[in-house]
Amino acid sequence: MKRFLIIVLAFVVAITTIFPFLWMISASFMNSGEASIYPPKFLPDEINFSHYSSLFNRMNVGIYFINSLIISLGVTFFSLLFNSMAGYAFAKIRFKFKDSIFRFLLSSMVIPGQVTMLPVFLLLKNMGLINTYFAIIIPGMASVFGIFLIRQYCYSIPDSFIEAAKIDGANDFQIYYKIILPLCKPILVTLGILTFLGTWNDFMWPLIVMTDSSMYTLPVALANLMGEHVQDTELMMAGSAITILPVFILFIFLQKYYISGIMLGGVKE
Amino acid sequence: MKIFFSLVILLLFTGCNQNKEDKTVINFWAIGAEGEKVKLLIPEFEKLNPGIKVRVQQIPWTAAHEKLLTAYVGETLPDVFQIGNTWIPEFASLKTIEPLNNFIDNSNVIDSTNYFAGIWETNIIDSVVYGIPWYVDTRVLFYRKDILENAGYKEPPKTWEELYDLSKKIKALNPTNYSIFLPVNEWLPFILFGMQNGSSLLKNDNTYGNFSGKEFVEAIEYLNNFYREKLAPSDMQQVQNIYQAFEEGYFSMLITGPWNVTEMTNRLSSKMTGKWATAPLPSPNDSYPGFSLAGGASLVVNINSDKKESAWKLIEFLNQKETQITFYRLVSSLPSLKDTWEYEELKSNPHMKAFYAQLLNTKPTPKIPEWEQIVFAKIQNYAEVIASGKSGVKEASINLDSDVNKILEKRRWMLSR
Amino acid sequence: MKLMKKNNIAAFMFFVIPALVTLLTFFFLPVFAAFLLSFTDFDIYSLGDLSNLRFTGFANYLDLFEDPLFWKSLTNTFYFVFAGAPLSILVSLSAALLVNSKLIKWKSTFRVVYFLPVITTLVAVAIVWRYIYHPRFGLFNYFLSFLGLEGMDWLGNPVLAMPSIIILAIWKNFGYNMIIFIAGLQNIPSELYEAADIEGANWWQKFRDVTLPLLAPTTIFITIITMIGYFQLFAEPYIMTQGGPLNSTLSVVLYMYNEGFKWWNIGYATAIAFSLFIIIMTGTLIQLAIQRKLDR
Repeated sequence: MKRFLIIVLAFVVAITTIFPFLWMISASFMNSGEASIYPPKFLPDEINFSHYSSLFNRMNVGIYFINSLIISLGVTFFSLLFNSMAGYAFAKIRFKFKDSIFRFLLSSMVIPGQVTMLPVFLLLKNMGLINTYFAIIIPGMASVFGIFLIRQYCYSIPDSFIEAAKIDGANDFQIYYKIILPLCKPILVTLGILTFLGTWNDFMWPLIVMTDSSMYTLPVALANLMGEHVQDTELMMAGSAITILPVFILFIFLQKYYISGIMLGGVKE
Repeated sequence: MKIFFSLVILLLFTGCNQNKEDKTVINFWAIGAEGEKVKLLIPEFEKLNPGIKVRVQQIPWTAAHEKLLTAYVGETLPDVFQIGNTWIPEFASLKTIEPLNNFIDNSNVIDSTNYFAGIWETNIIDSVVYGIPWYVDTRVLFYRKDILENAGYKEPPKTWEELYDLSKKIKALNPTNYSIFLPVNEWLPFILFGMQNGSSLLKNDNTYGNFSGKEFVEAIEYLNNFYREKLAPSDMQQVQNIYQAFEEGYFSMLITGPWNVTEMTNRLSSKMTGKWATAPLPSPNDSYPGFSLAGGASLVVNINSDKKESAWKLIEFLNQKETQITFYRLVSSLPSLKDTWEYEELKSNPHMKAFYAQLLNTKPTPKIPEWEQIVFAKIQNYAEVIASGKSGVKEASINLDSDVNKILEKRRWMLSR
Repeated sequence: MKLMKKNNIAAFMFFVIPALVTLLTFFFLPVFAAFLLSFTDFDIYSLGDLSNLRFTGFANYLDLFEDPLFWKSLTNTFYFVFAGAPLSILVSLSAALLVNSKLIKWKSTFRVVYFLPVITTLVAVAIVWRYIYHPRFGLFNYFLSFLGLEGMDWLGNPVLAMPSIIILAIWKNFGYNMIIFIAGLQNIPSELYEAADIEGANWWQKFRDVTLPLLAPTTIFITIITMIGYFQLFAEPYIMTQGGPLNSTLSVVLYMYNEGFKWWNIGYATAIAFSLFIIIMTGTLIQLAIQRKLDR
């Protein structure tokens, strides 16, 4: 009996959790106006793809999709490279001041990002990078959290591996490339997903630095679309679905890494 | 890993290499529905000017001002763009839009006398013309003929007194309904009635707020009666859909702009045909009609553009009579050229007459760069506070003045140097 | 051991410089610049011509002190943090206990489903929820009508707007902390529960005397990161209410955005951002102090 109740409860929570998504998808296939009636409908009378096609044909959603993809991949790539290099160095290379430097970096984690937004905007403006992919990619190339994650992981790699390589005549870069990177693969995948999703979903910064609508990312384009088409419920649902779908797919395939990453960040404090 | 790497590099480079053409490409930003529909006019322009290609981008009204300012700061403004005519002082003082006097002198299309004087005036600062009116906008009274007649008014109200009296009579017909919709989360009613009552809004060469002045306070007190006596809804959430509310008789009058002529026609059910009309605004005294806002949108040229000639050609094209008529058919925004009002489409639309009469009686808002911030960050805020009864009129107007004076402090300092 | 040098500056620098330069240029230097800017009246005129810039000392901070909108935004943010964060932690903990229960099947499936809102784009879900909250056609009011409750204008009513945003935020975020709680629960040695069973403790006693105390460090950690996150409320009100009605959902970050990126009052906006920083830091320090006390 108790078991039954708990399972029912778990199902109720699950349905509450995914219900908004189900309704979003259902409404995105409805005819115009079908989602604005009372009592509400849960399923469309017939499947209507026109909102999706008008998003792609008339509203250039394809371009925003590609912008989001380029930016998210760009940030992911560079931050994996830079963070893994730094994380390795902080964990494994000997240097007198490295712990004080690292503590200094860690202290920054209580500073909310909004503090830096205005100066970074002015800086990027002087570099002529406003309204380019680099305005998002360059400031995202390193993160204290990323360095922290990789440093923690690198500690679990035995020093003997590195020494053995040194005896074989490997230099520091070869050690990083041939030993550390392959061994760090799980954490790199985790950090990669975290970064990719974080960048894909980010709203405030792209909203600020992308002034030209051909450079918008999906979330910014979606908010923009909302300004003109707030009454077109079905169209907005289709837009939301397009924005969410890629992260859904990525997550379903890689959820094991994602969840273990959060546990790592959360528990190994 | 390697595949990933090459994919990133590939994407970065394909993204950066935009295809180049021999044609002069001009970027044009337009706002709102006009921005969407103006795209349909561009093929015609490109046919007439084979050397020019126009890239149109649409930005929504809700974010237009901040997007344009951000683009100014980021130095990414397009060659030619649309702005609300009240923003011209701001963009002019930032030295970001091109003075157009020379272009106008050499043009055989643009002639100031063809435009509504009050609207043209909003584009001028110290005798320099910065923008060409593209379409015009002013606010008039929309009302329910049938309900007004039931309340004993065969004609729309001509004075404030009549408006108030009429509102009370409508309320008496059905106390659960309201008489007039004066949205509490907008700056418009406050500024409109204040200006009508002769308030200068700002004083001392527009360096101090004048909202606690007699004229403005009187106007707010007048408006406040409507909220206090439940002649106007003071709770914004009660009105979700103004068209539905207008049809249901939830309110019988509202003050709004030309776009709602089309919206009303499309959204009201067929049994409403002939039951509603538009009229110029009532006046605080006998001089009917009262003043309304000299609103609208202008086209301006980026001062840093290296394609100013082509940009000007586009402005000329959009200001030709035929183009404006086509544009009116597409979005029904009111053409800025007076002549176009002779065309059948505009002349035969009974709802448009009031706009023509009103357009001859407009006043601009103070022409200072801070104006947009004053109305959106301050007036709007205080309007909500007063209408909801959270603060008395006197107290609120004094606080409003001190807030506005704070915004204008920089202006005073810059003028003093 | 001798192969690993004591002080390998060159190698260390080679690996650290790319990340360090990025962080210094795009984080630490800007923090310092923001600090300086907050003592000036840097605005849109100064952007065009630097001679329009004045050093104004503490004027921005003093103005903030007297600015009713700032206090309003601060009150709203505190409301969101102190009502939203504990509620969301409570939901996360309950969900973690539920999913971690021995009685349940398909644990990992439930875990993934509960986690879905976390990974989705906030802008997109805020838009979806705006329609769900719609006063006339929204599903929220529809479901309430089954319970015999009258439909309300959730986002249009100044009293209800913030609770509506809190509900959305909890739905969106509870999965994240749930995962951390699950990790914490799994770290509790099962012998402790077995010992409690022998003493005949019931479910509640086990929860109170074993689970809660041993979860304390996890809970403190979660409280800190949740509060830091909740203090930065922005996209929800930006998309759903633009801070209204009657400024009831104007958050500090939204106010900063309006001042900074809408009106370009950069000096004032950086002062707002710094005030937020000071508040967050104070909050974090208080919680760390509590943690230290608990550790003892």
